[in-house]
Amino acid sequence: MIFAIEKRGAPSKTFAFTATVLSVLVALAVAGLLLLAAGVNPLAAYRDIVVESLGSLYGLSETLVKTTPLLFTGLAVSLAFRMQIWNIGAEGQLYMGACGASYIALFSGIENHLLMITTMFLAAALFGGCWGGVAGFLRARLRVNEVIVTLLMNYIAILWVDYLIYGPWRDPKGFNFPLTAQFSEAARLSEYFDTRLHSGFFLGLLLALLLYVFMERTIWGYEIKVIGSNPAAARYAGMKTGAAIFLVMFLSGAIAGIAGFSEVAGLQNRLQHGISPGYGYTAIIIAWLAKRSAIGVVIVSFLMGVLLVGGDSLQLIWQLPVAFVYAFQGLILFFLLGSDFFVRYRVRFRRKAA
Amino acid sequence: MIVEILLDATVRAGTPILFATLGAIINERAGIINLGIEGLMLIGALAGFTAAHLSGSLAVGVLAAFTAALMAGAIHGFITVQLRGNQIVSGLALTMFGIGITALFGRSMVGIRLDGFTRLAIPGLSELPIVGKAFFNQDPLIYLSFLLTVLIWVFFYRSRWGLALRSVGENPAAADTCGISVSLYRFCAVAVGSGIVGIGGAYLSLAYTPLWMENMSAGRGWIAVALVIFASWSSGRAMLGAYLFGGLTALQLRFQAMGTEISAHILQMLPYVFTIVVLVISTIRLEKGASQQPAGLGEAYDREDRK
Repeated sequence: MIFAIEKRGAPSKTFAFTATVLSVLVALAVAGLLLLAAGVNPLAAYRDIVVESLGSLYGLSETLVKTTPLLFTGLAVSLAFRMQIWNIGAEGQLYMGACGASYIALFSGIENHLLMITTMFLAAALFGGCWGGVAGFLRARLRVNEVIVTLLMNYIAILWVDYLIYGPWRDPKGFNFPLTAQFSEAARLSEYFDTRLHSGFFLGLLLALLLYVFMERTIWGYEIKVIGSNPAAARYAGMKTGAAIFLVMFLSGAIAGIAGFSEVAGLQNRLQHGISPGYGYTAIIIAWLAKRSAIGVVIVSFLMGVLLVGGDSLQLIWQLPVAFVYAFQGLILFFLLGSDFFVRYRVRFRRKAA
Repeated sequence: MIVEILLDATVRAGTPILFATLGAIINERAGIINLGIEGLMLIGALAGFTAAHLSGSLAVGVLAAFTAALMAGAIHGFITVQLRGNQIVSGLALTMFGIGITALFGRSMVGIRLDGFTRLAIPGLSELPIVGKAFFNQDPLIYLSFLLTVLIWVFFYRSRWGLALRSVGENPAAADTCGISVSLYRFCAVAVGSGIVGIGGAYLSLAYTPLWMENMSAGRGWIAVALVIFASWSSGRAMLGAYLFGGLTALQLRFQAMGTEISAHILQMLPYVFTIVVLVISTIRLEKGASQQPAGLGEAYDREDRK
């Protein structure tokens, strides 16, 4: 027996989709083995994930609450991916966005609800945008690796927020807990159905729609795609690739920053430690699974929301660390990359000629 | 002697980053970007700590750290080399996997204390003024890092295998034509390089702060990835870079201990800010042609696509 690896002509869409679903299932199976090794019954754990996240109206609302920041960060990362720019810094941009929104909420003294929310939104977008823009500028002007810069800036942003809430912004009436004072009513997004679901979720859906139109129906979206797939051709066609890289990173950072706004204005109502359990990192797998489409981001964000709510309940029921969800996400990516090989190539077995 | 104390702290803080940078260099010399360094360090730290705790032998711990990280790195190697998958995504997946799996299996190790590596003075050399204590009155793992730095240089520039490995990273098509197995060399480089990163993790959990803590690498893996560019893919400069960071960490800890007015959070930012500055400067040098990255870095090799 010998085997040969051959390229497939045109990979079929159905086959690619089946491969994606299969790789998620295989990742589930392998994660199950890990759970088993850690002394947890995987079937019971998976049942708990589904029941806790989808089995009740409350569970579903919590899943949507977790989906909300993922929508923003997922869209942010996927926008940059379109241009083959790796924004691994959505986590830090989210923190900076939360910082900008909190600054307005705490110190502007605006009393009008609409004006307050709009200003907070803009501040978050500006802060997140500038944070992402730094990496964009360095990449566009000096070709500095944006993966490393955005990643390191995550650590800086999180330490910066820690500095604020342990230092100058700490609530004097907060019994020394590391958090700011609670925002005024004017700085809070509306909540629905007596749950924690807030209007940030619908803002995320609206943004997904806007980005879809932007990417698929405008000349700018087209240019981004061209610059991503063939930068040399883009330059010959007169596209300003440097400026585009900076702008896309700024925009990507701004969108991730809005996630921070949505979290502090819609959910936490103050700035505190650990406002994100890694939404910016989960965004990478969302963008990859969604194959860079804005509609795909909505679907995958919801699935990841299920996983995060499930992960929280596993922590309560089985005392599993929340970070286990990362192991699971890593496995999904491994198997996705692996399955991609079989979408692109065909392995042929032949009996050896006698 | 404040200089001696600072220098000593510099070497100790720089060593985990040195191991990680050396491992990353071996990966990238073969043409494979490995963004899983952070995860590999954690895997090495936990495997090393667990094995040392169970066996009672630190040497077994180091060996376990190397083996565990080697096996985890082999996943990245298989996906990027044999399956020609995207190197950036696979590396990020490896980091996520490492963070998650060590959190899961490290639960039972939290709170356990262990007698870590102790200092072993080299007679004669350790009495040298200023540098003696910092470089020659250290634990065995630090001596191992010196040895590895030299060995890796000898391997790359004075051995046939090293030459073959470099050619695989520079021009895989040409190496293939010469009968060098590109996939075998690349896979082995990723696996062994990852194993060395794992020893860096073990340094954290067996020598630096002999205990296990979730996420204890705290971004050192990413600093190492940036340092590879600063080091121009050479092991000697990796040592320089790692100690630069060790020095910064030592100074920062010193400031905190002295009870400065500056917030600890701001001081903790310094290594990350400094890494970005160093990365920018190194990249400018790289673009000017002062150093060169392996020409085949980041690209999967497929014989069919040969031009």
